[in-house]
Amino acid sequence: MTSPAIHIQGLRKTYVVSEREAGVKATLQSLVHRNTEEVPAVDGISFDLEPGEVVGFLGPNGAGKTTTLKCLSGLLHPTAGEVTVLGYHPWKRGKAFLRQITLVMGQRNQLVWDIPPLDSFELNRAIYRIPLSDYRRMLDELTELLDLGPLLRKPVRNLSLGERMKCEIAAALLHRPQVVFLDEPTIGLDVTMQRRIRSFIAEYNRRFGATVLLTSHYMADVVALCRRVVVIHHGRLLFDGELSRLVQDFTAHKTIVVQLEDTRANLRSYGDVISQDEGQYTLRVPKADTARITGRLLADLPVIDLLVEDPPIEEVIEVVFAQELR
Amino acid sequence: MSDLAALYLQQFKTTFASMLQYRASLVIWMIGHVLEPLVYLIVWSTVSVSVGGAVGGYSTQQFAGYFIVLMLVNHVTFAWIMWEYEYRIREGTLSAALLKPVHPIHADIADNVSSKLITLPLMLLIAGGLATLFHPQLAPQWWAMVAAVPALFLAFLVRFLVEWCLAQAAFWTTRVTAVNQVYFVLLLFLSGQIAPLTLFPHAIQVAAAFLPFRWMIGFPVELLLGRLSLTETLVGLGAQAVWVVVCYFLLKVVWNAGVRIYTAVGA
Repeated sequence: MTSPAIHIQGLRKTYVVSEREAGVKATLQSLVHRNTEEVPAVDGISFDLEPGEVVGFLGPNGAGKTTTLKCLSGLLHPTAGEVTVLGYHPWKRGKAFLRQITLVMGQRNQLVWDIPPLDSFELNRAIYRIPLSDYRRMLDELTELLDLGPLLRKPVRNLSLGERMKCEIAAALLHRPQVVFLDEPTIGLDVTMQRRIRSFIAEYNRRFGATVLLTSHYMADVVALCRRVVVIHHGRLLFDGELSRLVQDFTAHKTIVVQLEDTRANLRSYGDVISQDEGQYTLRVPKADTARITGRLLADLPVIDLLVEDPPIEEVIEVVFAQELR
Repeated sequence: MSDLAALYLQQFKTTFASMLQYRASLVIWMIGHVLEPLVYLIVWSTVSVSVGGAVGGYSTQQFAGYFIVLMLVNHVTFAWIMWEYEYRIREGTLSAALLKPVHPIHADIADNVSSKLITLPLMLLIAGGLATLFHPQLAPQWWAMVAAVPALFLAFLVRFLVEWCLAQAAFWTTRVTAVNQVYFVLLLFLSGQIAPLTLFPHAIQVAAAFLPFRWMIGFPVELLLGRLSLTETLVGLGAQAVWVVVCYFLLKVVWNAGVRIYTAVGA
């Protein structure tokens, strides 16, 4: 058995936050005595990633995703718990460790603003000591996969958000990291660009066998890239497993789409009617009753077509995020 | 080591490329660098004329020499890291730097040196112009001109390292401007920037000898004017070297402590 690429055991990270009431009196008091409070951002989570896995890391805003990624990349020192990435302790930020990882955060720029991306890439080649032949090969591959050709020689400030993001990602991957942390890589991008970056991440993973941990608010990213997802909420682990199981576990409902001749039928007695449009009715029914209700619909009504579906993933995630911890 | 050289070379190219995008702001920076010593030059020349030709051992022509050389020395040694650091922490660019497998100071040094290389020819030209206007008197010995090379290099290092250490204050406080103000006032008076140190009371001169400021600016200026003996020069170079070593270790301690705070409270 191979050792995991990423190992997290009981990770905790608390921030000390000073707080005070509004008002003059409270302000004066705070000069003498500061009330500080320990806020746990990550509160004891554990999971492993095998080499080459692509895992979606989900949770609502403030769940602790970015804090976890920062602990994994060495930007934050864990308050407690054990974290290793490729066998290194990230917070020591050893050179050998830093050469094998990358962290891409949406909006964060490592490209130099006033010069073309190619110059920033050259700088990264020097920083990461990438041999020239490797650099050229990697640059060619990235240029092809991300369609960077026309962008490489324009000043970064003249690039659009999506173009810049593509160049950011390329800059972050030139040294061919074995472990890739992506924090909202598609945020603010249009659908076409999102799809492009998505397929690029999949291809990078396939070509180089890299381990990828990815956060995104776009479920399409997660569905396209990750078989496995880890969900955290309030700093705790809520779910760790296959995406399909997440749907099973967290939805009590299924959706039945029925097509009838009759455009004015009343199907309320079968379940919640979510929509009806030109004879197409969408019902939400309890999962356990799906078979029974389907049977009744088919027996009672002249059904032209009938489809049983899981609710859309966005809806499932909404349900998951609304959960209180059990 | 050759890897580090390659890094510096690449950083030079990057800085060159991005600075050439901002020729106008470069010129504005340089105007500031010329105006400040020019004002002191005019003030002190006027004073010396009004008291009969010399103040504290400086004649009008020697004042001209002092401030024109000071302008060049200041240009070579100045750094802007203290103004930048808080922004880096606040905007998260420091995080990006921390994820790179090299110490961020290398990029700063390379950045500083390359921008100086771009602007130095113009500064020399301006110094030449001022020389024809004010007829400065300089009388450096041959060995002083030789010693000026390491003296300037060490002056740059002392100033750069001290300011890099102080910039780390941004890890502890959000009121960096206050720290900067105190530092720049001390620098102004104790480095010889506002006036040659020999014009100050003896106590201040003694204090200046034990503080780093004189070794950043005043010492190479006096050396290039030919006002120092060989012994004073060697002592000065020694003092500079000591400050470089002290700052090097101080920087290690302060940087490590700062990063520890940064990674504890949230990057």
